[in-house]
Amino acid sequence: MHQEKRSREFYVLAIFFTLFVLFLYGPLSAILILSFQGPNGGLTFPLNGVSLHWFANLFETQAVGNFGGSFRRSFVLGIMVMIVTVVVSLLAGLAFRRKFVGATPLFYLSVASLVVPSIIISLGIGVLFQQVGIRPAWYSSAFGAHLTWTLPFGVLIMLAIFNRFSPAYEEAARDLGATSWQTFRYVVLPIILPSLIGIGLLGFSLSYDEFARTLLTSGTYNTLPLEIYGMTTNVTTPVLYALGTVTTLFSFLVIATMLGLIVRFNKRRTKG
Amino acid sequence: MSGSRTNDTGRQFHLPAWLPAYLQAAPLTIILGGFLLLPLLMIAIVSFWDYDFARMYPDFVTFNYSETLGSWITWKTYLNTLKFAAIVWAITLFIGFWVAYFLAFHVRSTAMQMVLFLVCTVPFLTSNIIRMISWIPVLGRNGLINTALVNTGITTEPVEWLLYSDFAVVLAMVHLYTLFMVVPIFNTLMRIDKTLVEAAHDAGATTWQVLTNVIVPLAKPGMAIGTIFVVTLVMADFSTVQVMSGGQSASVALMMKNQMSLLQYPAAAANAMVLLVLVLLLVAAILRVVDIRKEL
Repeated sequence: MHQEKRSREFYVLAIFFTLFVLFLYGPLSAILILSFQGPNGGLTFPLNGVSLHWFANLFETQAVGNFGGSFRRSFVLGIMVMIVTVVVSLLAGLAFRRKFVGATPLFYLSVASLVVPSIIISLGIGVLFQQVGIRPAWYSSAFGAHLTWTLPFGVLIMLAIFNRFSPAYEEAARDLGATSWQTFRYVVLPIILPSLIGIGLLGFSLSYDEFARTLLTSGTYNTLPLEIYGMTTNVTTPVLYALGTVTTLFSFLVIATMLGLIVRFNKRRTKG
Repeated sequence: MSGSRTNDTGRQFHLPAWLPAYLQAAPLTIILGGFLLLPLLMIAIVSFWDYDFARMYPDFVTFNYSETLGSWITWKTYLNTLKFAAIVWAITLFIGFWVAYFLAFHVRSTAMQMVLFLVCTVPFLTSNIIRMISWIPVLGRNGLINTALVNTGITTEPVEWLLYSDFAVVLAMVHLYTLFMVVPIFNTLMRIDKTLVEAAHDAGATTWQVLTNVIVPLAKPGMAIGTIFVVTLVMADFSTVQVMSGGQSASVALMMKNQMSLLQYPAAAANAMVLLVLVLLLVAAILRVVDIRKEL
């Protein structure tokens, strides 16, 4: 193929892009390195020896917080949000392909869900639960609060996908005598599956990292981001960095797993 | 779904053709109704309630609003928040456009495009707070930048304003929110018909002219959507302001959060209503420029 010579613009932009990536990852790597700080080291460079002291510290019971419990809650909540986000977004995406009364208001309600400040949602749900007399908990009020953040993303992505989706596939399936369920199950679903995994990844990550919406809605037990947020004000040892490293690596692991799934499904589809 | 397996001949009853759309839209409607509309309604009601140090009293009083709007601290806080929004918006728009432009027009293979796009995306799927505090060892008094500045002799004293300042707040916000500008702009740029660019080149336009006359105008919807994200995120932010300014700067959401921790829910609710109206007005103004549904 004919390739033009790279222009000067390309090199300028390539450097700009590289700087941007450094800006994104630089501070994260600082935390990663500092979490291996020696037992007597502080919150800044230089490293005062290298040790796993702070990681070990993380797993001891301590005054500042309970990471095991909050991690478990955040993980389960993330999975719950992920499943509901994928299913509800998919259904809504299918609904928006047809005409129905209230489609436009529902669309704008989804957009509103995206732009209403998170702390207002937190306050609203917190006060609502209080007035109705239900005790807020991470699996009820915080669950709903997280959904108001993940669902609009899911719905908008589904709309984008179905905007680009050719109805010819479904027509072909129907011409071959498939029922509407068979058309969905064997034609539509395999095509959009990678995108659904993407929505799932987004749903899990947004929930796993969310804390503004959890602030007034988590009830008695903290989620992991709330625990970390509390630590920023009263922890002055690198254990904070160790926790940051562990949760970040966990996020990377989730992302890698989901991307792996997407690549596998895409391969299978092009093969078949 | 075993019931739906049966084909037309075996089906006992037919769903009316209009029904499925409503059934499919129902879960979204119920969730957003219960966890968005109702809570907002609740806030609107509570903002007129009376309260003391322990609890709220159903009432119809307007002093929550008059106290909020009558205090010059509130106005200063709103101005401060808008200032952050404007600065962060301008910087993320600049960075976001050039990054998206590089990815869309200068990276030639689709695979490479996807890899670089993911490289930009991955940090945004990790914890905001962790990414925020990761600036502390970089910007702090004994941080990397100050150590470098002092060691190279550029300054004799560590620079104090790097951390716990408005500068740190803006830097962290740009760090946290730029992706929300990159993705929508990248999305619109990828949909620009490359033949338009070729046609402009053939007609004798310079690269710069193509950029300003073809690409930027076509990228405007993406910029508008990115703007909605960034502006609403900054307007809603309390944690970045709190952590990165070390309590020296204020934002509306932080003011709300402080009222909430003092259990002054009606006061916080009045504040929430004002903030909500402001944000919705901003978004409505932007939506006049762009039709989101067409851009998806």
